Amino acid sequence: MRSYLTEKVGHQFLGLAEAMGAAALMLKSVVFWLFFAKFEAAEAVKQAVKIGVNSLTVTILTSFFTGMVLALQMGHSMNNLFNEPMYIGTMVAFTMLKELGPVLTSIVVAGRAGAVVTAEIGTMKVTEQIDALYTLGTNPTRHLLVPRYIAFMITLPLLTVFADFLGVLGGCLVGTVKLGVSPSVYMDDIYTYLQISDFMHGFLKTFFFAFMIATVSCYKGLNTKGGAEGVGKSTTEAVVISMVLVMVMDYFISSLLVAVGV
Amino acid sequence: MIEIKGLTKAFGGHSVLKNVSAEIKEGELFSVIGPSGIGKSTFIKCIIRLLRPDGGQVIVDGQDIASTTSEFTLARVRRSFGYLFQEGALFDSLTVLENVAFGLKYLTDIPKGEYPRIVKEKLALVGLEGVENLKPAELSVGMKKRVSLARSIAAEPKYILYDEPTTGLDPVTTGMVKDLITDMRAKLGITSVVVTHDVRLALEISSRVAMLYGGEFVEVAEPDVFRRSENKAVREFMEISHLSRK
Repeated sequence: MRSYLTEKVGHQFLGLAEAMGAAALMLKSVVFWLFFAKFEAAEAVKQAVKIGVNSLTVTILTSFFTGMVLALQMGHSMNNLFNEPMYIGTMVAFTMLKELGPVLTSIVVAGRAGAVVTAEIGTMKVTEQIDALYTLGTNPTRHLLVPRYIAFMITLPLLTVFADFLGVLGGCLVGTVKLGVSPSVYMDDIYTYLQISDFMHGFLKTFFFAFMIATVSCYKGLNTKGGAEGVGKSTTEAVVISMVLVMVMDYFISSLLVAVGV
Repeated sequence: MIEIKGLTKAFGGHSVLKNVSAEIKEGELFSVIGPSGIGKSTFIKCIIRLLRPDGGQVIVDGQDIASTTSEFTLARVRRSFGYLFQEGALFDSLTVLENVAFGLKYLTDIPKGEYPRIVKEKLALVGLEGVENLKPAELSVGMKKRVSLARSIAAEPKYILYDEPTTGLDPVTTGMVKDLITDMRAKLGITSVVVTHDVRLALEISSRVAMLYGGEFVEVAEPDVFRRSENKAVREFMEISHLSRK
């Protein structure tokens, strides 16, 4: 029993170490082609549209309703505690800008765009289209990975700014209509207590999340094996890993940013 | 010229290529035959370094690419090659025109404005016209193979590698692909390496035929000599393929 467990754990550990090594090599290749080849701007724009613009509707819905429910819950809690819906604007804005804006947007992008990237690259892998790139004078890192990394790094922070704004707007709507807080009071709460560093705290995190989602999606796509079933497996794994890592990374990056005063 | 010396390749402890050596001369049509799963595709992928050999040398025009780690060296050597993939490997998201023109962007300095003319020319060479704006999903298997061949020759390579060019094709399309391969050699003087399990095809089109068996070439000979081979593996394979010496 012990030997079976040891073997199983050891096997898993070796697999993880191997995957991390391969991902590190992939990153090395991305850096190399980013600086030593002509930048494929058209492909990067195409990917930015696929990843960013196509995630806009889901981001709008998610952030707007999150802002609304935050205002609703906090308003009722404040009413119970102080008989008045105090500081709704401050609380909604703090929560959206520092945590929920970046985290929810990253989860949405990982689930939608990350899955698309993995499925697309995975399908290319199993149908030898990746090999074809080599034979046609380019390579997958230059043609597929670099444009996708850039697209993720540009669009996720922009989507997050959008999500922050819409979340605050959703909170304002509920504050005004359901809780009787005037928009001017709601906005005044935000202006009084919120600082630019609060916005930067959430905004900076998105660059780490974007980098991680791009790495996981591209790595899983490039390592797809076994036809259509393999593509499905890789896509599911990429989405699950990205979502879990967003949560895990969120704690550690937040700790780091708090420690350096952001 | 392509020289292969003592090529070895294993997957997870299973040795596929044990000691493969060959010399493919300029203008030659060299075919490699053998049963499915014997390592023919592995061999052809090692030639262009889509797979990295575990040992041995692959010398293309004096440059050994078997062990090089330089991306630039590999890219330079790969410029001499065209590759016809078993399933075509056309890019799903691109049109036929974009697929055929793809290599021109990376392999040549030809101005972009010239691409449509060259693509039309190459498509005509493989017997296709008016398909430039179609997507691969709208093509039949045979058409895909021909578009893939047009893509392989668009940048006018010195060598073409054909991976199972007739697998999955009906007899008519098989005949068409066979003619295309011989035409490429006759019209463009391209050195070709064909891997196939279709013995009849190999014997009809090749200048030399090699039999891959047990991880090495057990016979390399001109088609007429190959037909009379006394090698046991060759004889069995020919008999299974209903092509005995009689």
